[in-house]
Amino acid sequence: MGSNGHKEPQSGKQMKLVIVGHVDHGKSTLVGRLMADTDSLPTGKMDFIKDICDQQGKVFEFAFLLDALEEEQEQGITIDTSQIFFKTEKRPYVIIDAPGHKEFLKNMVTGAANAEAALLLIDAYEGVQEQSRRHGYLLRLLGMKQVAVVVNKMDLVKHDAEVFYKIKAEYTEFLNSMGVEAREYIPVSAKMGENIAHRSENMTWYQGPTVLEMLDQFEDKLPEVNQPFRLPLQDVYKFDERRILAGRVESGTAKIGDEVIFAPSNKKGTIKSIETWEVENKPTTIEASQSVGITLTEQIFVERGDVATLASDPPVITTTFDANVFWMGKKHLQKGETYLIKLATQNVECEVAKFNKAIDASTLETLPDQDFIAKNDVAELTLRTRQPITFDLFNDIAETGRFVLVDEYDVCGGGIITGFTPLSEIDKFRDEAHYRDSHWIKGAVTPDMRAYRNGHLAAMILITGKSGVGKADLAGKLEEKLFHQNFQSYLLDGRNIQVGLGADMDQDKYFTDGEAVRRFGEVAKLFVDAGHVVISTSNVFNHEDHSNISLLIEPTPIVEIQVTSDQFPKGKPEVVLTVDEAANHETAVQKVLDYLKDKKILTGHNYSI
Amino acid sequence: MDHLTELENQSVYILREAYKNFKNLAMLWSIGKDSTVLLWLARKAFLGHCPIPLVHIDTSFKIPQMIEYRDKYAQKWGLNLVVGQNKKALDEGMNHEKGRDVCCDALKTQGLLQIMEQEGYTGLILGIRRDEEGTRAKERYFSPRNKDFEWDFKDQPPELWDQFKTTFAEGTHIRIHPLLHWTELNVWEYIEREKIPIIDLYFANKEGRRYRSLGCAPCTGSIESKASNVREIIEELRDTTSSERSGRAQDQESTYAMQKLRAKGYM
Repeated sequence: MGSNGHKEPQSGKQMKLVIVGHVDHGKSTLVGRLMADTDSLPTGKMDFIKDICDQQGKVFEFAFLLDALEEEQEQGITIDTSQIFFKTEKRPYVIIDAPGHKEFLKNMVTGAANAEAALLLIDAYEGVQEQSRRHGYLLRLLGMKQVAVVVNKMDLVKHDAEVFYKIKAEYTEFLNSMGVEAREYIPVSAKMGENIAHRSENMTWYQGPTVLEMLDQFEDKLPEVNQPFRLPLQDVYKFDERRILAGRVESGTAKIGDEVIFAPSNKKGTIKSIETWEVENKPTTIEASQSVGITLTEQIFVERGDVATLASDPPVITTTFDANVFWMGKKHLQKGETYLIKLATQNVECEVAKFNKAIDASTLETLPDQDFIAKNDVAELTLRTRQPITFDLFNDIAETGRFVLVDEYDVCGGGIITGFTPLSEIDKFRDEAHYRDSHWIKGAVTPDMRAYRNGHLAAMILITGKSGVGKADLAGKLEEKLFHQNFQSYLLDGRNIQVGLGADMDQDKYFTDGEAVRRFGEVAKLFVDAGHVVISTSNVFNHEDHSNISLLIEPTPIVEIQVTSDQFPKGKPEVVLTVDEAANHETAVQKVLDYLKDKKILTGHNYSI
Repeated sequence: MDHLTELENQSVYILREAYKNFKNLAMLWSIGKDSTVLLWLARKAFLGHCPIPLVHIDTSFKIPQMIEYRDKYAQKWGLNLVVGQNKKALDEGMNHEKGRDVCCDALKTQGLLQIMEQEGYTGLILGIRRDEEGTRAKERYFSPRNKDFEWDFKDQPPELWDQFKTTFAEGTHIRIHPLLHWTELNVWEYIEREKIPIIDLYFANKEGRRYRSLGCAPCTGSIESKASNVREIIEELRDTTSSERSGRAQDQESTYAMQKLRAKGYM
């Protein structure tokens, strides 16, 4: 294409452009005009479209060049992001004709998210409209930095400079309120070809660039090689003797011999080789935007979703973060619902913890006290993931700072990360219990029914005290006594969880990273859910652990029996026994039973077995 | 990074996403330049291997050299080649004289449907490009089809930041298009750079004619050309303003022929 006297472009790199704006403000016409004026149309295309117009009894319009689908021409609106190629002296372009119709916002987003620069059209006659603002907001949210505003249909307002300046002032104020600046405002008539490729003779008052001149001033997006190294793994291949970790470097560089740390698992490995096929010079470094395959010196288990990083620049790993989100789903984005977040190659379940600000994107007005957003709206919100997720702030590294949200089968939203809460400050047990309870599948037998049948409520009895005070003996006797009185009692020792459920873990880490408490608490939760009185004694859990276990089994009561000869017991135990009292099992057990009856935990059977 | 490497990296990323996210994928190999480049990219993505079977739909009307070329390279590159053919339609005498769109639908679309059902494929990787014609310009990288292969171009999934639609309701087929962002010129430049062996029907014969796009013998016209090697094709393309598929009769059959064919499942 392009036998238009233009020189061959110096750079072969194509720039991806998106054209957005309100419906009928002339996007398709502008694109058609750009193609025609750069002589980028295939032979016969113009005639082909003119024939269709004749068949349909319409006057030829440049917009038809793009609207290749029958449906679109009948409705007169562009349905989808079609891509059109043209080139200037400087470089080739691909235009993504993003449509303006509200229903097709997801298509506009698809186009704009993939573009490097944007032209935003405003009809001089109609002025700034709903989607002029919505699209402006979305461009900012999508991280678009190169935006020029094109004021179209100047021929309809008699090429009046005042109309242009009024729109420019109004829209500048709107963009400024979001902290965005347009690179240029250009008055044009796409239909007449004014200030597109050729300077208009009717608007000599305008001295700025034409649309084509503006396009050539936009800069190529360069790979983020100077940013911290991030290589999210896509897959691990074992097609032959090599074990190849495959993925695309999203930012930064690394080389053979570098030690990489995989987030969030914190596993370490050394890059042994960079694998390629049919490449003349074997590379020794990898860099941003390359799809690569590497092998490691060490045999470690890593998988899709893990992100290879360098120790010098760690990413964020947490479960709770703030984001700006736009929503395209048919159903509302709601607090408490579960969604799938896809970030780089990670797929993690999440929910909206909090709507900080729901916004009507067409007016930028805040929707007060709203715990949801509807289709086409945006929000500033806090998301909480089920497992820790690895990311960067969008302003630091765009590629690992943005995500999409999937509702059931569909990608329904997208967002950028603006802030986060460090993992250490998160009450992770509270989150876990909250999440678990809201997703718990209940059987037909209710806690009340169990309590009626069992003659007692579910409860957790923790026997605490220093080592050697006789806790284990007392616990055993208590279990036995309750059992003989036909109560559902079960002795759950922390040690039993460790040797079974905890067997997969490094035994030092088992206690230091909270897994001992978490797994014990979750097993206890199942027993209390089954209506049991769970009795436990363990020297390994401290007071903080007890409050965490309590969080995990809420609302089940915890009864602490402290065996101590100190004058002042630690904390606030429900029952205090001296070491001597505890040694007399019969009276000690009776004291506990009395307490349980007094607190209506043991209610007694209503029938005889 | 030069633009061909950039295109290559993007396609490799998509192929790897496809392979990871879907079981029972097949890749369509028409023997033409695009699907041959696609095959090459798959071997780049999987470091010399092609773990995805290649499906060729044999309408029985293909230009004979295409079959020779297919079998030669299938063996040479150790490919898992699966050939599909709508035998019933052929036995009943289907050919282009019954109407080009009828014939394309029966021998290509239905032939493809049959082999996919037979082999249990739930997804297909194809070498279509946006710059080929209008309806393909509307495509997604990951494009769902219903159980009857129908394409709902009015309601397509959003595709942003290389997050593709990879979860589907039961019975959905997926079409994956790793070459969507390439142009015809890119394809030839890449063939030149990578020295990919390409079928010689693309090169001008002694009569000064060559194929620009390959299909069935009765419906594919050659063009006048002196381009007898890849470099000359690139030079020729830089100066042409006629469209790539101008030699493909089915496109010209009626105003919206391609849209109708593609909505029903045509490649």
